[in-house]
Amino acid sequence: MTQQTAAWLLVLALAGPGAAATAQERRIPLQALRSGITFVRPEIRAMQEDDFSNPGMLWVEKGAKLWGAGARSCASCHAEAEKSMKGVATRYPAIDRASGRLLNLADRIMHCRSERQGGPALRYESDELLSLTAFVSHQSRGMAIGVSIEGPARAHFEAGREFFDRRIGQVNIACTHCHDANWGKTLFAETISQGHPNAFPIYRTEWQTAGSIERRLRACLSGIRAEMLPYGAPEYRDLELYLAWRAQGLPIEAPGVRR
Amino acid sequence: MTARIQLVPPRPKRGEIVEIRVLIQHNMETGYRRDLEGREIPRNCINLFICRYNGVEVFRADLSSGIAANPLLQFHTIAEASGELEFWWKDDDGKQGTERVSIAVSE
Amino acid sequence: MSYSGRRRFLAQVAAGIALPMATLSSARAQTEQSDPLAWAFTKGVPVQRGRVKLELPLLVDNGNAVPLAVSIDNPMTPDNYVKSIHLFSQRNPVRDMARFFFTPRSGRAKVSTRVRLAGSQNVTAIAALSDGTFWADSVHVLVTLSACMDES
Repeated sequence: MTQQTAAWLLVLALAGPGAAATAQERRIPLQALRSGITFVRPEIRAMQEDDFSNPGMLWVEKGAKLWGAGARSCASCHAEAEKSMKGVATRYPAIDRASGRLLNLADRIMHCRSERQGGPALRYESDELLSLTAFVSHQSRGMAIGVSIEGPARAHFEAGREFFDRRIGQVNIACTHCHDANWGKTLFAETISQGHPNAFPIYRTEWQTAGSIERRLRACLSGIRAEMLPYGAPEYRDLELYLAWRAQGLPIEAPGVRR
Repeated sequence: MTARIQLVPPRPKRGEIVEIRVLIQHNMETGYRRDLEGREIPRNCINLFICRYNGVEVFRADLSSGIAANPLLQFHTIAEASGELEFWWKDDDGKQGTERVSIAVSE
Repeated sequence: MSYSGRRRFLAQVAAGIALPMATLSSARAQTEQSDPLAWAFTKGVPVQRGRVKLELPLLVDNGNAVPLAVSIDNPMTPDNYVKSIHLFSQRNPVRDMARFFFTPRSGRAKVSTRVRLAGSQNVTAIAALSDGTFWADSVHVLVTLSACMDES
């Protein structure tokens, strides 16, 4: 055995099976990643690219107002969001060190509201929570997604990947079948995207309102006639972490516009 | 009701045609949708929109459920005197919304 | 169809779809003068085709937020201006979509908005001018349905 081979074997032995597996299993290589906006029709793209008439910006504006509202406002700890929240959305979902739980950005905002601001709990998919999430995510617009899957996040990442590959629903297909194997092809008149989370919260014309990634995952589940898990289900968080890893490097687009 | 207003160009010259862009946050509920429990969501749309320029009406629109949610309206007026553009609208429930922006017209 | 005929047909189809916003004056997209909705507006005065330009995409993914622009080339002076433009839908449950009212101070008779379309259909715009004449344009829009049912 050559010295070089021995050295490589040592590296692999130390790194463990996980690192080698993740390095190999990017089914869409990083340089082939494409945001969902590249798969929509020109009218939808025009809606997203015009900041004035992008309906999602209504939620961003509302979020800006909520940021500074009240005695123990977000601003009272975090000052100007343009500075303090820059880059934050690129790191979520992330493990909360205090509780050990995997939180997405909306969870973090809900947690702050209840635990630090002493305010009434924000409900999932409420106008208020969507506005704050849109506002905070928007501060990272243009920045690359970069989540950690190390340490305690690793187990969540693996669970998320397993969910992505699992056949479910009456249609009995897995996320990977559309979004890894058949992206770019058409389903009826729609072009299948790669299924990335980089534009959330989005204004979906199908919903005629803004919505979270959780809502979009529920929509996917209903689309393949699978049971829609309730908001807050750990499966969504694990899947969201996997999706964020899978979309590493894609720029945040919040607020996105999709069909 | 949140509304965004944009003037193009933002500082017009006297006699120049200004495009006024308005985006209002409103569900424009058609009355044909049902919620997750299967209950009908009652109709409620913005049905009247008026723009006044220094108190004089320059544009009016009768709207219906045929206009998309979070309605976008883009129309024009001739920049005359500096002053105020006032926007007013009401929906089927009788709720009224209003927004004001100042317009600075150069000679 | 012959090979060259099929190529010509495909080229025409491709050209049609390549235009994101266009007016399509086909035999199907007619101004229905006898349409009671139009009659209520025009009171029987003949509606002429032309002058009005109605812009809509020819094909949309869903009918929830379809961009629409309607304009008329008109001097907009106190003795010659566009009074109003009415938008009619062929298939929506509420066919009277919107009415826009202008004044000589409008400067330009043009409105843009986003409309809802309940399925593929003709959209018609009829304009009333200050001289008592009516002018119209129609566009046929293909509204496709979502591939996956969203019950979120």
